[in-house]
Amino acid sequence: MESKIQTQPVKLSKEDFESDQMVKWCPGCGDHAILRSVEAVFPVVGEKLNLNKEDFVVVSGIGCSSRFPYYMNTYGIHGIHGRAAALATGIKVANPKLNVWMISGDGDSMAIGGNHFIHVARRNVDITYLMFNNRIYGLTKGQYSPTTFKGQKTKTSPQGVFEQPFNPGELVIGSRGKFFARVVDTNPKLMQKVFIEAAMYRGASIVEILANCVIFNNKIHGDITGRDTKADNQLILEAGKPMIFGKENNKGIVLDGTRLKVVTIGEDGVTEDDILVHDPTTEDAGIHMMLASMMTPEFPVALGVIRATPFQTLNDAVWESVEHEKEVSPYKNVDDLLNSGNTWEID
Amino acid sequence: MTTHKGKVVELESAVIRFAGDSGDGMQLTGNLFSDSTAFAGNDFATFPDYPAEIRAPQGTVSGVSGFQIRFGANDIHTSGDRADVLVAMNPASLKANLKWVQSNGIIIVDTDAFTEKNLAKAGYETNPLEDGSLNGYLVVQAPISTLTKEAVKEMALDNKSAMKSKNMFTLGMVFYMFNRDYKKTFSFFEQKFKKNPVIVEANKKVLEAGYHFADTLEVFANTFKIEPAPLNKGRYRNITGNLATSWGILAASERSGRNVFLGSYPITPATEILQEIAKHKQFQAISMQMEDEIGGVVSSIGASFAGALAVTSTSGPGLSLKSEAIGLAVMTELPLVIINVQRGGPSTGLPTKSEQSDLMQALYGRNGEAPVVVMAAKSSADCFYGAFEAAKVAMEHMVPVILLTDGSIANGSEVFKIPKVADLPEIHPPIVKANDPNYAPYKRDAEKLSREWALPGTPGLRHRLGGLEKEDITGNVSHDPLNHQKMSYLREEKVERVANYIPDLEIEGDEDGDILVVSWGGTYGVMLTAVEELRAEGKKVSLAHFRYIKPMPKNTTEVLSKFKKIIVCEINLGQFVNVLRMTFPQFTYRQYNKIQGLPFMVNELKDQFNALLNE
Repeated sequence: MESKIQTQPVKLSKEDFESDQMVKWCPGCGDHAILRSVEAVFPVVGEKLNLNKEDFVVVSGIGCSSRFPYYMNTYGIHGIHGRAAALATGIKVANPKLNVWMISGDGDSMAIGGNHFIHVARRNVDITYLMFNNRIYGLTKGQYSPTTFKGQKTKTSPQGVFEQPFNPGELVIGSRGKFFARVVDTNPKLMQKVFIEAAMYRGASIVEILANCVIFNNKIHGDITGRDTKADNQLILEAGKPMIFGKENNKGIVLDGTRLKVVTIGEDGVTEDDILVHDPTTEDAGIHMMLASMMTPEFPVALGVIRATPFQTLNDAVWESVEHEKEVSPYKNVDDLLNSGNTWEID
Repeated sequence: MTTHKGKVVELESAVIRFAGDSGDGMQLTGNLFSDSTAFAGNDFATFPDYPAEIRAPQGTVSGVSGFQIRFGANDIHTSGDRADVLVAMNPASLKANLKWVQSNGIIIVDTDAFTEKNLAKAGYETNPLEDGSLNGYLVVQAPISTLTKEAVKEMALDNKSAMKSKNMFTLGMVFYMFNRDYKKTFSFFEQKFKKNPVIVEANKKVLEAGYHFADTLEVFANTFKIEPAPLNKGRYRNITGNLATSWGILAASERSGRNVFLGSYPITPATEILQEIAKHKQFQAISMQMEDEIGGVVSSIGASFAGALAVTSTSGPGLSLKSEAIGLAVMTELPLVIINVQRGGPSTGLPTKSEQSDLMQALYGRNGEAPVVVMAAKSSADCFYGAFEAAKVAMEHMVPVILLTDGSIANGSEVFKIPKVADLPEIHPPIVKANDPNYAPYKRDAEKLSREWALPGTPGLRHRLGGLEKEDITGNVSHDPLNHQKMSYLREEKVERVANYIPDLEIEGDEDGDILVVSWGGTYGVMLTAVEELRAEGKKVSLAHFRYIKPMPKNTTEVLSKFKKIIVCEINLGQFVNVLRMTFPQFTYRQYNKIQGLPFMVNELKDQFNALLNE
């Protein structure tokens, strides 16, 4: 494997990753906040993983979110609609030393790129996958996406959407994905914390970002992100901590039979000891799936790292196989191969 | 050992066709005969002809699998028109293949298989072995199934396993006919069935029994011998086109120092390339069987960005799916080799049959002005050089290259003179050194117009690529009208300038004359044979065979201008001929097209050319 990567420690700063290109997202778009958070975490990730600024690669598909690589000063490639996961797979497997970030949206990932989405999760390619979910097609100006709610009127659903939406977390876990997290574009602190955890996780770390499209789907996540409602509608998960939330910090999640249930601590004899403690590392996806599925108004929406289970990455598996084959193969070079098997000499 | 061999007749060349049910092991039989032919020092070419189904309904014509080999004491370029010897394991294979047998040819049949039931399945109303319909052929009737069972009766073998080796009985008979040393094939059994010594023994016994049966029963009035071909000094092997393609890519990887990354998806008849590259991780060659054709090509583009020798392999329908992504490689000006093993189309078409009908798709099948280099391998062995050159051009010119092969040459095989990798041309990808102060993503080489390859991870060269139009030099996103026009011309001109780096078009035969036969891709062998045979008759016919189609060799106009008539022959409705009409409208072109899922035959071509000569 070729390596041009220097190994001496480097001190990186946010400015190292800021681009000189004009950012052309609409004023008020949630994507601006995400960009600032990503710029802020690259130096941290670089330090933790001992990377140079040249080791970061940002890959995207098509859509508003996918303009992202142009707005970062890194190696980057803006691909074709839905195919960023395949691009990222090729980059990471070809050179596993690169730190690959993939940017996509709900249409790019869940519709045209659905096939690549489930397979990149299944393969556990070691990339960090940020999926901006604004539940609408923005760049084409307001058509429903696979995450638009049933019944919502859009330009292509004037009578309301007839279909049920995907829940990206369910799709990740259903594809045997090992990492899934969810954040909101209104909470930069949480975004940065989760992005760092996602980058440190070895495997396909898929982060759903509930992002606001100010033009075509404004406040679609309003009940989750609203100033007055967010405390009751967000459950911010932390490993090893009980699942407690609410304005009064007195609501919690318990397992009731085979289902999750919201309870109030201090009512009906419920104590803090009854509340589920979050363990993102269990291989058993049962609770993770239920957490990912929680929706308002019955439940708060789970934020933070929902699932992070250790599993061999595809790139490791491939390159371990390369090393093994180098040892056991009878062919040291292509000449050996050309001359293998049945050959004959003409004098 | 007493031998009853009659006269040994010496032949220049011969064609044998093995045919049976698709589960009868005819491909294996053919391959073993090819190996033996190689050891005998003959030149040869093979052509497998098999159904799309793995086990089509037993005993039916649609389930017949065939394997044809032509071998000779001189250069062999084609697997032959008609068979001198047909081995037919059942009535269906006789029915399906009789039309491919010479009028006085030899037909070996397993009489045990000519039951009423099998005759009915094949659609015979009367038994062709008895109704006189085979008069004129030398029919060798042998109870092959019975004799096979007899040969292994002392062994602890169930009936099904015993019957599986009956193909070796016929191979033994054919070995006898052509005076081959059957013992050389034993080592193959020992290798192939090494976990099952009983099967090794059974195959040996059956092969031997077939050989001795042919000998002692004097079923053949005489046997045949073909002298070794005068091949150049060197080491040789038998190679199929798909294997040669795979190895050409691996050789280009070694010569360029770039790891192979093959993103692909299984599709007939290209799958063997994915399977072969998957075996060679020791060369740091990575293959990814992606979730679909698009994932295959796109993962390769990602790997190309990361610095790999990026390849994707497919067949027609897959090329359709990859179209948009190939456009991305055009726009990002990244090296990419797209191997398209053509098959019968459109849609699913004829998956196991060959065609040359993807040329227009290769040239133009993308949105926008999206030029790529298009080249075509001319034979099974040439697939090695085709793949090597495709990789060299892709990397040195920073351009996608579509290499067209086809089902015939991909599955067919021929004798391949093994090159030394060190003797192959050098490959110098334009990789930028770290911190090059002059680097700009779309700055171009003055001669080639290629941009440079700056690999992620390299200090000082961060840049962004993508499918949006790029500004000249800087590579920034640009919607400027004049920039778009300039970049469109640059991308086209970059491809055209590849012509400065490829060999001239060669003429087989005189440089002028009455007819110039024009062909491209996998038909080379049969075209050359037809033209050589006419030339031997004193006719002024020459052949110009194209390997590069975009760009075309620089001397193309000159070659075309020296002949009274030009005829372009293709296994399609006339795609290349129309490219020629468009590119060189000053000439008049005749065309001969065939689209039956079958290769050209030498005689049909000669008939065409003779008719044209007599006009």
